Amino acid sequence: MITAIRAHNLTRYFANFLAVDHLTFEVAAGQVLGYLGPNGSGKTTTIRMLLGLLHPSEGEAQVLGYDVVSQSELVRSQTGYMSQKFALYNELTIWENLAFYAGMYGVRDTRQISAILESLGLGAIKMQKAQNLSAGWRQRLALATAIVHRPRLLFLDEPTSGVDPTARRSFWDLIYELSTQGITIMVTTHYMDEAEYCSVIGIMRAGKLQALDEPGHLKASIPGQVWEIYVEPLLPALEAVEGLPGIVHATLASDHLRVITRLKSVPERLSSELSSKKMQVQKILPGEATIEDVFIAMQ
Amino acid sequence: MINRLVSLIRKEFIQIIRDPRTLGITFIMPVAMLFLLGYAATNDVRNISMAVFDQDQTQASRALITAYKVADYFRLTYWVSSEEEIQTLMDNNSVRAGLIIPPGYGKTLHSGRSAQVAFVLDGSDPTVASTALAAAVLIGQAQSTHIIAERLDRLGMSNAVQPPIDVRTQVWYNPGLVTAYYMIPALIGQILQFLATLLTATSIVRERERGTIEQLIVTPLRPWELIVGKLTPYVLVSFLDMIEVLAAGVIFFKVPINGSLLLLLLMAALFLVTTLGIGLLISTVANTQQEAMLTTMFLLLPSIFLSGFFFPLAAMPAWLQALSYAIPLRYFLIISRGIILKGVGISALWGEIAALSIFALVVMTAATTRFRKSLD
Repeated sequence: MITAIRAHNLTRYFANFLAVDHLTFEVAAGQVLGYLGPNGSGKTTTIRMLLGLLHPSEGEAQVLGYDVVSQSELVRSQTGYMSQKFALYNELTIWENLAFYAGMYGVRDTRQISAILESLGLGAIKMQKAQNLSAGWRQRLALATAIVHRPRLLFLDEPTSGVDPTARRSFWDLIYELSTQGITIMVTTHYMDEAEYCSVIGIMRAGKLQALDEPGHLKASIPGQVWEIYVEPLLPALEAVEGLPGIVHATLASDHLRVITRLKSVPERLSSELSSKKMQVQKILPGEATIEDVFIAMQ
Repeated sequence: MINRLVSLIRKEFIQIIRDPRTLGITFIMPVAMLFLLGYAATNDVRNISMAVFDQDQTQASRALITAYKVADYFRLTYWVSSEEEIQTLMDNNSVRAGLIIPPGYGKTLHSGRSAQVAFVLDGSDPTVASTALAAAVLIGQAQSTHIIAERLDRLGMSNAVQPPIDVRTQVWYNPGLVTAYYMIPALIGQILQFLATLLTATSIVRERERGTIEQLIVTPLRPWELIVGKLTPYVLVSFLDMIEVLAAGVIFFKVPINGSLLLLLLMAALFLVTTLGIGLLISTVANTQQEAMLTTMFLLLPSIFLSGFFFPLAAMPAWLQALSYAIPLRYFLIISRGIILKGVGISALWGEIAALSIFALVVMTAATTRFRKSLD
């Protein structure tokens, strides 16, 4: 297994604030790492350190085998980066934007630029100015600028924020396509559903990497069980469930309650508790754990 | 490397061209300023409106009025018949001066005695007032001399008419004392300073504001390439602007360029290094384009007053004069006025050139060091 990213005790302080807290992890080449966590949990800071944009306060990291501090130029020449703000020049057309970034990487072949535009579906509108594009198209153009030099590793920092669900879905198709070409991808998001698409998921919270594993393993590791409770009336039932011992989390899910319990076998107890409060429990079914459940269970 | 630089410079030019409003201001504002300064900011006070209250109505009084009329300092706009009228006219700004000739003026003169006339003046604008005052006295004295000469002539002593001292004045470099001649070389400096600083600072801060600077840093673009690529287009724009103002000055105001144009351009380039450095420094401090603009204004406004642009340095208190040595524009103004008006060469300007070179070196070093650090 070739390692694309290796971090050891990677740490960053901003004054006294500990933004990234001793991260140690490895990402194998070819993987799609979903980096999950709420805003301010240290995802962007991690990426910035891996790109050499920020220096680590402690620890070290290698990207594509290069040290991120002393060899950041080598790292940058072989990686692509799509920052949270899509870094586009509004006055420039799609073509001009891409040609500019191509120039920065020393790519002169206009056929290569054309090919990337075509593959992202931007070919037909390449003469439009970036300022007139919708968020979905801007996102694609930003991706194009990040891959114009055919990098081996791609950092995508919340690429789907502010983009509608259809565009999000098709953007993930593009990410898969890049992955099949052998590009390693590290993508941050706070959309739990997106994390399911990744081959590996890292969960960040308050600067710490709480878990790093395949989605299936993570779901299996959940310390408890998910239940789908069909009960009437819903809202008082939710309140009642939240007050019970052994409940990790309870939410409304359209027409039923979704409850994570600490113990594996409690449906009978749940049922009797609710019934004793004069609620009609119709059925309690074991539910499939999602990444969101994993995330919540870790709190 | 060349490829990256060319790409960056091309991108900057596209951005400049696609922003026609800024481009328009860049090229129209300096010429507008030139015309304003050339015509409006003039200390040559002419055509001061004047009311005349002639109570004498004799040939002598009319001669005095004519003397005032022919000197083009005054324009006779009102003939009044009381002092109160002059007061009213001055109150509502219709006139700025009033000449009051008392009854019996002609008679007194004729009898060989000294006649009095009154000249009243609106002192609220000191520049106008001091010029008017000097002119009024001068015209009066000239008229006196004329009258004395006539008297002596009548007595057959025409030889005594020659004044004992004859001061022959000669004004060098700007014989017509045209304000525009003085202002245009200074305006060139002001434009180089203001535009170059503002354009550089805002163009870099804009990248930070939009987050594109981070994207640029992750490319193989090196810091010095970023600096050179960013500055080159604005050097060209500033130079074009300077040439535009110079040409407008020569064509419309007939400013003579007495010295070497090449030397002037070289000195402008030297001065540009300093101003671009200031722009670069501002870009490391400001986070938004607005901040960059305000900082530029704040830093450059004092230089208008402390560089000798409008007000002569020699007339300032000593501590302000000392402060003016810290203003790079001061040196460039001496250089540009020296080359354009006096036609001097390097030998007369080496002190200023040395000072500017030191400024250029210090500011640019500080700017590039800080700029690199701010990227980390």
